[in-house]
Amino acid sequence: MRAKVRAEAEPLRETMSGADVLIQALKEENVEVLFGYPGGAVLPIYDSLYKNPIKHILTKHEQGAIHAAEGYARVSGKPGVVIATSGPGATNLVTGIADAMMDSLPLVIFTGQVATNVIGTDAFQESDVMGITTPITKHNYQVRDAGDLPRIVKEAFHIATTGRPGPVVVDIPKDISNSFTDPKFDEEVNLPGYQPTTQPNILQIKKLKEAISESKKPVILAGAGVLHGNASHDLLTFAEEMKIPVTNTLLGLGSFPGDHPLFLGMAGMHGTYAANMALYECDLLISIGARFDDRLTGNLKHFAPEATVAHIDIDPAEIGKNVKTEIPIVSDAGEAIRKLSEQNGTPAESEQWRAHLSGYKKDYPLWYKEEKEKLLPQRLVELIHEHTEGEAIVTTDVGQHQMWAAQYYQFKNPNRWVTSGGLGTMGFGFPAAIGAQLAFPDKTVVGLVGDGGFQMTLQELSVLQELNLPVKVVILNNQSLGMVRQWQETFYEERYSHSLIPVQPDFVRLAEAYGIKGYKVSSEKEAAEVFKETMNNEEPVVIDCRVCGLENVFPMIAPGKGLHEMIGVKP
Amino acid sequence: MRRIVTATVNNQSGVLNRVTGLLSKRQFNIESITVGYTEKEGISKMTFVVNVDDDQKIEQLIKQLNKQIDVLKVSDITDQAIVARELALIKVLSNGQVRNEIGGIVEPFRASIIDVSRDSVTVQVTGDSAKIEAIIDLLRPYGIKELARTGITAFTRGSQKSVTELKQYSLLK
Repeated sequence: MRAKVRAEAEPLRETMSGADVLIQALKEENVEVLFGYPGGAVLPIYDSLYKNPIKHILTKHEQGAIHAAEGYARVSGKPGVVIATSGPGATNLVTGIADAMMDSLPLVIFTGQVATNVIGTDAFQESDVMGITTPITKHNYQVRDAGDLPRIVKEAFHIATTGRPGPVVVDIPKDISNSFTDPKFDEEVNLPGYQPTTQPNILQIKKLKEAISESKKPVILAGAGVLHGNASHDLLTFAEEMKIPVTNTLLGLGSFPGDHPLFLGMAGMHGTYAANMALYECDLLISIGARFDDRLTGNLKHFAPEATVAHIDIDPAEIGKNVKTEIPIVSDAGEAIRKLSEQNGTPAESEQWRAHLSGYKKDYPLWYKEEKEKLLPQRLVELIHEHTEGEAIVTTDVGQHQMWAAQYYQFKNPNRWVTSGGLGTMGFGFPAAIGAQLAFPDKTVVGLVGDGGFQMTLQELSVLQELNLPVKVVILNNQSLGMVRQWQETFYEERYSHSLIPVQPDFVRLAEAYGIKGYKVSSEKEAAEVFKETMNNEEPVVIDCRVCGLENVFPMIAPGKGLHEMIGVKP
Repeated sequence: MRRIVTATVNNQSGVLNRVTGLLSKRQFNIESITVGYTEKEGISKMTFVVNVDDDQKIEQLIKQLNKQIDVLKVSDITDQAIVARELALIKVLSNGQVRNEIGGIVEPFRASIIDVSRDSVTVQVTGDSAKIEAIIDLLRPYGIKELARTGITAFTRGSQKSVTELKQYSLLK
């Protein structure tokens, strides 16, 4: 009806191609950088980009592009935007999409698709992107009319960045990019099926505040939701006022200052003894923006057995999913914490409890056996901390190096820690560092990677070369897939099946092949010298750190065990 | 326990795939599912019957469905006063001699014979699941050649109060 009225009022102006509309729509969303890789089905889009440029980072593999976008999103809070072609371009993104879904990162991903008249015919470079990505996206679209593009792009950014953030895929057939339309960019987003709750129910807030006053042994578990809600400062004020100790999930690190007296360290499988015992012994557990992942809780039977559980989460489906919750609060983390602070209530009488936990902190800290001769991986992370004053953005893959970074790089500030938590993706850390560096060109970005993970995405060194991005690639090289090897040592009687990789490229010469400075260090002294020289300069660098190969990450909760059954605690 | 869940959804391509994919991804067992248009243009209604272990699981199912952008409303209507109906088509072997006997079964069920051939009749029956099970049991001795059931479609009764004061009408409890 409306179209008809418009047609009468003015002649239909079919002025823009679908591809032009897309680029314009991205500009309307203030997109500053695209991570992508061209191909047949996105030729029209790349042609529009040529005429109407947005900064575009050409990675060497689509997986590099999407992990870079994740790194960018994690540190900047802005959506990461990715473009790839149909078929293999799209399928190469799958790991990154699943990773962003698990870790709630806002991404908007545009994939090319074969023309609408051949969809479903197994055409060249066709893949069922909608079918493949439906289970691993917050939402996805296939554009069937170029006139829908402004609305779909707007909705995609809205869905990706609001509520619990997540990846949204927009699949664009080639003929839609080529067809002409008269776009309307000013339509409001209208999604009746998507109305995330951001304000807490005040009755529940009151109930929690009362529970705090009555509790003797409260603890706060702060997850990445605190970071997404920009609520680190509110959390600090609240915890100090209410005198409640704080622990973090892996992804929540940085949401509370690592050196604060109320901070217990990270909880979970490789968390600190104090943090895990606090969760085990507490009488009130306040979880904020955390989803009780199995690597955090250990055996659920022994998780916070004595506690009243309060769970603040923007995603109602996370509340009660794994842990029975007495005080459910569906809300943005920041809104909930601020409402809690405004509400009258006395702080917890937690003196004894805090003293008790301080005892745990003092008696059972993180520890390793010092060896002067060798370069210990734990010591390596401490050295990076010293030479970056704890201010660097640190990205990692998954595995031993990730756990050591989480344990020993005491984060002081929010949004400096970029790691693949839920999906546990090898090859994530290095491209994520590229994205983080692009978001903050002046900050020191350390891509701390294992020798295994680095070899999954090291081709992106050419991006450092091309843009002279000063990313510091630190390879924690133990010539093995360390975490796999550790589990084989612990649970498979040292049968090191395919986890030792003594044959490796010369990483120094590899870096040099890309025109990047490379160093190899095998002692604390050498490492300190190279870090001193490179950590704060404006050049990319690859540092191959030959660490002691048989170190294990401790302490640990073995699979199936409870929080109180940690092994490898300081004797 | 069996639960009847209804979902109002945008009638977009792929929405059935979203819903069933979500259920299978999270290990929910769908017993039956029906989809069809509603009185509102662009809006469809799904009714599914699922088997879950406990209340926590059904709560999780509803919350996960609610997160779907194309899902507008989800309700577990099992414990409400509802009208729930299913349709079955049953092709029964029959020659002229037994046709009358089959007619005698069909009539009290208010079912109907909608197709006749030399060696079979097709019976159409509508009702709750128990009624359909009952007629299938009675027809089985004659030899069932083919059977197709739609699965349950349901919504809540217009008046909840007066009905719940009487005996609650619930199919699956």
